[in-house]
Amino acid sequence: MADALREVWITGIGIVSSLGEGGDAHWQSLNEHCVNVDAKRFAPYLVHPMVSLDLDGQIPKKGDQRQMEPWQRIGTYAAGLALADAGLKGNAELLARTDMIVAAGGGERDVAVDGTILTGKPKSNDPGAFLNERLMSDLRPTLFLAQLSNLLAGNISIVHGVTGSSRTFMGEEASGVDAVRIAHARITAGQSEIALVGGSHNGEREDLLLLHDSGGYMLRPPFKAVWERANSPGMVLASVGAFLILEERSHAERRSANPKARLVEVKSQRSSRPPGAITHTLSRMWTDVAPHRRAAIISGATGTEPATSEERAWLKTLADLPARATGTSIGHGMEPQFVMNVAIATLVLGREKLFSPLDSSGVEQPYEGPLHQVAVTSVGHWRGEGMGLIEATR
Amino acid sequence: MRDSNGKPTVVVTGMGIITSLGAGKEDNWARLAAGTSGIRRINRFPNASLKTTIAGTVDFVPVEPFCSTELGERMAILAVEEAIAQSGIGTKGDFPGPLFLAVAPVELEWPHRETLAAASGDTDKIGYDSMLRASASGRFHAIHERCLLASVAEHLAARFGTKGSPISVSTACASGASAIQLGVEAIRRGEADAALCAGTDGSVNPECLIRFSLLSALSTANDPPQEAAKPFSKNRDGFVMAEGAAALVLENYAAAKARGVRILGVLSGCGEMADSFHRTRSSPDGKAIIGCIRNAISDAGLVPDDIDYINPHGTGTPENDKMEYIGVSAVFGERAKSIPVSSNKSMIGHTLSAAGAVEAVFTLLTLQNQRVPPTINYRIPDPAIPLDVVPNTARDAKVRHALSNSFGFGGQNVSLVISGEPQ
Repeated sequence: MADALREVWITGIGIVSSLGEGGDAHWQSLNEHCVNVDAKRFAPYLVHPMVSLDLDGQIPKKGDQRQMEPWQRIGTYAAGLALADAGLKGNAELLARTDMIVAAGGGERDVAVDGTILTGKPKSNDPGAFLNERLMSDLRPTLFLAQLSNLLAGNISIVHGVTGSSRTFMGEEASGVDAVRIAHARITAGQSEIALVGGSHNGEREDLLLLHDSGGYMLRPPFKAVWERANSPGMVLASVGAFLILEERSHAERRSANPKARLVEVKSQRSSRPPGAITHTLSRMWTDVAPHRRAAIISGATGTEPATSEERAWLKTLADLPARATGTSIGHGMEPQFVMNVAIATLVLGREKLFSPLDSSGVEQPYEGPLHQVAVTSVGHWRGEGMGLIEATR
Repeated sequence: MRDSNGKPTVVVTGMGIITSLGAGKEDNWARLAAGTSGIRRINRFPNASLKTTIAGTVDFVPVEPFCSTELGERMAILAVEEAIAQSGIGTKGDFPGPLFLAVAPVELEWPHRETLAAASGDTDKIGYDSMLRASASGRFHAIHERCLLASVAEHLAARFGTKGSPISVSTACASGASAIQLGVEAIRRGEADAALCAGTDGSVNPECLIRFSLLSALSTANDPPQEAAKPFSKNRDGFVMAEGAAALVLENYAAAKARGVRILGVLSGCGEMADSFHRTRSSPDGKAIIGCIRNAISDAGLVPDDIDYINPHGTGTPENDKMEYIGVSAVFGERAKSIPVSSNKSMIGHTLSAAGAVEAVFTLLTLQNQRVPPTINYRIPDPAIPLDVVPNTARDAKVRHALSNSFGFGGQNVSLVISGEPQ
């Protein structure tokens, strides 16, 4: 059973997205209602592109950068920011016993090679042999490693020296919730003292647009806030990198690490989603995480249906609690979205105020009052429901 | 009963397995103990021009048109059904605990892309813009669901009624062992009295084969196929890709005893350590492998002298077997030469994401039968690897505690200590 005395502190965050790099840039962008959405590059699809990153700052070796595809560079970069923020960077002794759970999808396809094969194979006299020959000669050997889900964690081990343990969870939005949940549970149970948890997503990819458009989940223009999409639902994929350092309180205190917030609880559930199931699951998780009265909600709503309407129905039952969905400003970063939102929640608690609404549907209301806790929701575009509770340590 | 750390002891009460040797524990063990190879010529797709034309495919589970993720799911269902039936836990469609699934990363496969490309109507130049025009028609929802990374675990969770959010784990070729470790930890934390841990992999398709081939990881000794996988031999030249699935029902010892169910073995220790040396190679000093094995033995409350048998990762690549020997000899010292170390992969090939779970089941069957399966195709010993690999023929042995190693690309190392029923 969890030892009630073992608290989990968030002692580092590393975030990058279309809103910028780091906590201050995100806070400023959120307050200024920045939305960086690119409607041209993959028209008619919209994407939230990653800001330009000075990769050398976190991935000093060009050779390492070359071995990675963009999703791995984003993640390795964000992990470096989190390690630096927590004061772990370069501390070999600590890094060697830092556990790691990464939430990852798969890596980028070589879209040119795919196009060549799809164009040529039907015209070939021997389609099977044609596929083999093209793959043998056109695939870069290292591309495999840039695509493998667990190789983001592998690259973090190599570049930053995190080697206590390395686990990669897959499975879209739920993988990010479960990565945080398991890391939290391991620390409270005494199975771990300190963990790097997070993930990355490159939303600027035709192969991912194709996957999610096949399911009918992509927003078509015009761009709207997630709560305003009920009549033309859909998500906008985002490039996101988000990592947290979770640390047992006394471990953090012994090395004089400052807490940014306390991670109180993380819950996750699945259901096959008959009508009303998402609303019901969120209500149950809300009871389980048991926030105090003065909580705000950072929502992971995607803008897809029925997920977003059911989350909105649940929010209505909370009456006066203020909610903000980062899916409007940051977009939907899939695996790391929950981690990003936990990081945003720590910013809110750190500044002791909520950023202003970005929504004309009435779901997001202005709020100027004090805040002690923030609940973070995750309702996957297809499956997976999650909730976390973060509170101020002051 | 509690372990040496005061946590609940975790036992196994159900097992299921499917490999190229067949479906079910009985057939698999009989063939494994007889030294039978499941490696054969690939007849699933044209491969005449490829360097490697063999694999341990599971051809008796038909999937038409072929889809690796679909095969993985079907094999996992068979393995889980067998494990739950043996355990007798829960009721049909209502498993009283979480699911931890080791599964290969999922993406669109060539038949999916070709379906979308054909639907675009384009013939001159086909690219992602063509396929995106087709996907927008809304006719391909099934491709989305099949190709989500969560899909296999989600389908299993719905079918077997596991509790909570199912976790799909990837630690490359150590994934199966990681799934088991996650289950052990959940029971030790007291979150559940039971956990369903499974691994599955149906990756023998042209692109996966070619990707491994381009990394020079695969054996090219295609003739005869049965002799290609030769772990620890001097002439070893790579691993042989293979398919399979395995499932284990883990339970809190006290809960299993209360149910009066037969206990098949104890998951007494788990260890891991990541390697920061290289994406596909281990640190030359074996530091992470050594640390991983020591962590597992220590987690079990044992010392190296307690280990009677090692089920190695033993892939048959020049690099793996050399590094595994360095790790084993560092941990076990002089005893390394006399502990039986036999590689299941010599017979079933490398079942990749499933391997850690498949080999955990074989290790439990080794304990149960007190008989050590052989390393087949061991004709030319490698003098640099002086291990007792149980060459070519199974033998009876007293085994109380066994070590099962799993290593993977990306610096992944996981070891499990598996023991007989507590006395």
